[in-house]
Parts: sequence; C-alpha cells; structure tokens
Amino acid sequence: MTQDRKTFVAWLQAAPMMLVFALFFLLPLLFVTIVSAWDYNEYEMIPAFSLRGYTDTFEGCIADLPNLCTILKTYLNTLKLCLLTWGLTLLIGFTVAYFLAFHVRSKTWQIVLTLLCTIPFWTSNVIRMIAWIPLLGRNGLVNRGLEGAGLIKQPLEWLLFSEFSVVLALVHLFTFFMVVPIFNSMIRIDKRLIEAAYDAGASGWQTLVNVIIPLTKPGIVIGSIFVITIVMGDFVTIGVMGGQQIASAGKIIESRLNALQFPAAAANAVILLGVTILIISALTRIVDIRKEL
Amino acid sequence: MTKSSKLGRSISRRAMLKGTAGAVSLAAGSGMITGFPYIHAAEPKVLRYLGTAVNEGDEISKKCLEDTGIKIEYITATTDDVTKRVITQPNSFDVLDTEYFSLRKLVPSGNIFALDAKKIKEFGNITPVFTKGQLPNGKKIGDQGTAPWKVLYLEGANSKTFSKTPTEFVTLIPTVYNADTLGIRPDLIKRPISSWTELLNPEFKGKASILNIPSIGIMDAAMVVEASGQHTYADKGNMTKPEIDLTMKIMTEAKKAGQFRAFWKDFNESVNLMASGETVIQSMWSPAVTKVRSMGIPCTFQPLKEGYRSWASGFCVSKAVSGPKLDWAYEFVNWYLSGWAGAYLNRQGYYSAVLSTAKANMTADEWGYWMEGKTAVNDIKAPDGTILEKAGAKRDGGSYDDRMGAVACWNAVMDENDYMVRKWNEFIAA
Repeated sequence: MTQDRKTFVAWLQAAPMMLVFALFFLLPLLFVTIVSAWDYNEYEMIPAFSLRGYTDTFEGCIADLPNLCTILKTYLNTLKLCLLTWGLTLLIGFTVAYFLAFHVRSKTWQIVLTLLCTIPFWTSNVIRMIAWIPLLGRNGLVNRGLEGAGLIKQPLEWLLFSEFSVVLALVHLFTFFMVVPIFNSMIRIDKRLIEAAYDAGASGWQTLVNVIIPLTKPGIVIGSIFVITIVMGDFVTIGVMGGQQIASAGKIIESRLNALQFPAAAANAVILLGVTILIISALTRIVDIRKEL
Repeated sequence: MTKSSKLGRSISRRAMLKGTAGAVSLAAGSGMITGFPYIHAAEPKVLRYLGTAVNEGDEISKKCLEDTGIKIEYITATTDDVTKRVITQPNSFDVLDTEYFSLRKLVPSGNIFALDAKKIKEFGNITPVFTKGQLPNGKKIGDQGTAPWKVLYLEGANSKTFSKTPTEFVTLIPTVYNADTLGIRPDLIKRPISSWTELLNPEFKGKASILNIPSIGIMDAAMVVEASGQHTYADKGNMTKPEIDLTMKIMTEAKKAGQFRAFWKDFNESVNLMASGETVIQSMWSPAVTKVRSMGIPCTFQPLKEGYRSWASGFCVSKAVSGPKLDWAYEFVNWYLSGWAGAYLNRQGYYSAVLSTAKANMTADEWGYWMEGKTAVNDIKAPDGTILEKAGAKRDGGSYDDRMGAVACWNAVMDENDYMVRKWNEFIAA
C-alpha cells in the first residue's frame, strides 16, 4: 500500500513536466512526422500518403554514384563543421573549466569569471555575427593589421564567408555550452583524490589523464551533446558566416519551408532528427551518463 | 524517467526545434489570432497591414492616420514569411502588401479577397504598365515571368482562376514597383559595365554576389546566361527542367571557381557587402544603391543593354475581412493611390502606380529628376530630408520610360518551382 502510494506520488510529481513534454514536444513531433509523409503542391499540403518528401531528398544517391548526391554532400559537410566545432569547443571549454575549477581559489571569482564567459550572449545572435564582418572582411581590422605589419600583400579572402569563419563563429558562440557542464563535473571532484595522486608520485599530466579526465567524462559528454545538437541543426550562423554558400542540413529545411514545401521540409527534419539521435546514442554508449551522475 | 534520458530527449528536441520551428509554430499558431467582431460603431479604425519592411514607412502610417483616421498596424516579415502567413494564418492580418509573383501561390489558396475595381477611385488612372503591359506612350514591355497584367484580374468574385481579359475583380491593387539591375562600385571597377555577363566575369572573382531567394536568383542567372549567348529562354520566368539544369550548371561552375563572395537575402546585407567593398558587382535594389551613396561611397545602379528584371507589389485584403473593416480597407487603398504616398515612394527611387496624383504631390524638379531623367536643378532630398543627390545629378538609367520600357522579365514563380528549389540546394552543396 505505501509502496503504491509512493509510486503514485512520484508520478504526480513528474506529471507537470510530462504534460508539458507531451504537449509541446511529443505532439508537434508526431505532427511533423505525419506531415512528412504527405503530398504537397505550390500552396498547400495534401493529406494523402506520399513519400515524395523523402524520395526527392535522396534523389540521385544511387544514380549519381560514385559522385555523392546533394543530401550526402550536405550531411558530410555539416558533420565536418560539427566535428571541427566540437573538437575546438572541447579543447577550449576543457581548458577554461580546468582553470576555473582548479586555479581560481575563491568562489566569488569563480562565479565572476563564469559570468564573464556569458558575454557573447549579451547581444543578439545576428548582431554577434555581423560584428565579425568589420573584423575579418577584405578591408577589415585583421587584414589591415597584417598588411600594415607587412606580413601579407593581398588581403586574405578566406577569413570571411568561408568554413574558417563559420567554425570561428560557432566556437565563439558555443564554447560556453562546453564550459558549464565540464566545470560542474570538475568542481565535484573530491580534492583529496588529487592530493592522493600527488602523494603517490603522479606527475601533473598523469593526474590529468588518469584522475581528472575520467571523472569529468559526464560533463564532457553533456557538453558534447549540447554542441553537436545545436551545430547539426544550425542554419543561421552557417548562412551568415558562410555567405549563404555553405550547405548545411538546416539550410535545406529552410529553403524548403520558404518555398512552402512543408512536407518536404518535415521529411528533412525527420532525417536530421534521426541522424542527431544516432550521434547522441553513440555518445551515450561510450559514456553511460546515467551511471555516472 | 531518469535524469539522463530526460536530458537526452530535451536536447534532441532542441535540434528538432531548430529545423522545424517554422512548421510547428505555424501549425500551432494558425487560427489562434482571429479578428474580433467589431460591434461598437465608435471603435477606432485599425487595419493590420502585413508586408515586408520595404514599404512599411512610419511616415506613411502617420500621414494616413492624419488624413483618414485609420490606424495602420504594421506586421513585418520577409517576402517568404509573408506568403507563408497568408496561407497558414489568413485571420492574422487585414490588408496584405505582397508581390504579384506570389499570387500564383496565394490565389489558389482561396485566402485572398478579390477587390472591386469600381470602388477604387483611381483605378482607371493606374499606369498601363499594370493593366496592359505597356508604357503610357504605348510601347510594349517585356512579359517574361509573372508579369502583373497576367495575374491582375480574376474570373469572378470567388474565382481561383486568373482572367485573361479585364474584369472588375482585381487581385492586387498596384502600389509600388521598380526595374532592378546590377549595382556596381565604379570606383573599384574603373571601367564601363554594360552587360549582365559581367556578373560572372572572372575579373570580379570573389567580388560578385546575387540574391539568395532561389526564384529571383535564378532569374538574374538567366539574364547572364542569355547575355553570354549560351542559351535563349522562351520564358526566363518559367524554365523547363533542362533549362533549370543548364542555368544551375553555369552557376555551379562559377561558384566552384570562387566567383561569389556571398549571397544576400536582406536589404541591409546588400548595403553592407557593397559599402564594405566585399563585393563590387551584385544584384541590388534601387534604395539600397541610394543608401550606399548616401554613406558617401560611389555606387551605380547600372543600366545594362539586356534590360531589367522587374518586380511589382500591391494591396489586397484577407478573405476574413468583412463589414466596416472592408470599407476602411477600400478607404486606405484609395488614400494610398491619392498621391501623397505615391510621391513618398517616388522620392525613394521606387515608382508609384498612379502617376498623375503622385506628380501633383512632387515639385517639378523632383519629378524631373526621378521620373523624367532630367538633371536635378536643386539638391534632391530623401523623404526624411537628407540630401541624396547634389544639384546637377542625373538618375541612373534615365527616365521612367527608359527604365520601365527596358524591362526584360518579371519576378516569377515557375511551374517547375519544386524542381528548381531542389536544384538550388544542390547548387549550395556544390
């Protein structure tokens, strides 16, 4: 009886979240999936079963072999950007978090410095990205500076509207998503473990590799999930920083939506969701966050 | 539910939302905003005006309130979003300001109310560019693409078919239009430019740009292809699949060779690209060129021998509008055509639909500069009073007749639109 009661209370406690979740996530997701299998014309969705959205998306994937079809090229490119961004945010995020957790002694300073990391979020996404143009442009600060220093004769064109600028902007935007979960994991490491490692004669590097990194894994995985899911679906940053010339999975959905081809857009969204879920489940297979938390 | 699985899912939701926010929010939002019934006669006259930022000047709404007592509430969206909104949420606006080429999507949706030409006072005075496809002097103009006169009339009040002959049921009452061409930086190019082929000239490698709206971008591309003699289109605004393939192939080669610096989608982006020198030649809009010039940077809206790509927009009313609100809508449209707004638009470098009333609201010098291609006697000022051109300047491309008479094609939605969008994605991925 008490057991039943406990379970009931637990369900009741979870109910508000479940309700919100079902209403604003599961239900729309269900709609998107249903719509993805509809037909469409120039101006409306036709509620008749059709896999046109999917077959059109994979158009040429077999016929064009050995050349890659549009969708594969797009996903490869998105994955490449994602991997680069992930690697850099992890490296920078880990370093920043390490500094905050182990080198900054006072709690106040830890809080102040963490808040400083949020500065990129004080302005809107678009403003933040536009700010790169006077910096990296053909006549921007960086090119002027390098020319002034006599290092280059011609302005560097690849600084802006290139994969370089896309990755730079993404890293700038999303490193914070890495810092917070990693910092959170690090701050919970029992300091005595590090002292023990030191006493046992471990070098700084050995302590890092054998003690700190294994204990920070959940933070790393959570941060990675944040960064990977955001970058996989991004089309605004890639669009603006890539001069709209770099393909991304999100951009395909955007151009379909703009052409009022909702079922085709929904089909692409379902494909993107599938790919993202695959990546996340692979990640969680490497580290079982459930067990670690 | 454990902590971790909750987290995992809420994050895939994030990814999902990125991609589908538009679709979902439109689906959820449709029907939520409805026009409340107007019961009291003393209700303030308010019209919700959906359109792009281009025509939504504060000056216009202020003057309109002053003259007619109608309060205009602007709802601003991009061209694509305006179309989406009309189709998914017809109750969320009263007056719609949209382009003629969108009509091929909007009219079949049944969400547009055909206006009665008899209730539009100046209808008979609307420039024959819209009604007959010719200049006031009788010269025929290019009819490739979705030219306004092809979609101006409906067969009946509730018809979804465009009428080939004039009827009293009008889809869009024209308000503003222009002839678009390439904008160039004469100070950086340092030689005359006279053809669309220059857009893909390797001389400007990494310094060219086009519009990132597929249906318009591909038409600029078609102007280039035709100018370079590679293909002559039967209708640039309605290509066949092989024509789309050919056009996109030429564009893809140019893109791979690094011809384009960036594609732009909004007015300010085009201004920034040009003003910062990132691009020296690109498709552009007239007021954007004016804006670059007002920053003290030389920029020319270059007339080209192959002609212009034109666009036109106008007003219509949502099907959901009825009763006194419909009367206000007519009142508003009539006010718009009565001259003040027309003069305001002309002073920005656009053209107004009723030329006679706009002329009455402009000085002879202004009219001469903007419409007749004459040398400005005094400084030419923008509607807000800033000086656009010094005395002695002449408008790029010359007079109204010179510019509108040289229109080669109109913005369009193709029959093969679906195929074209797929090819555009392929082009971006190349």
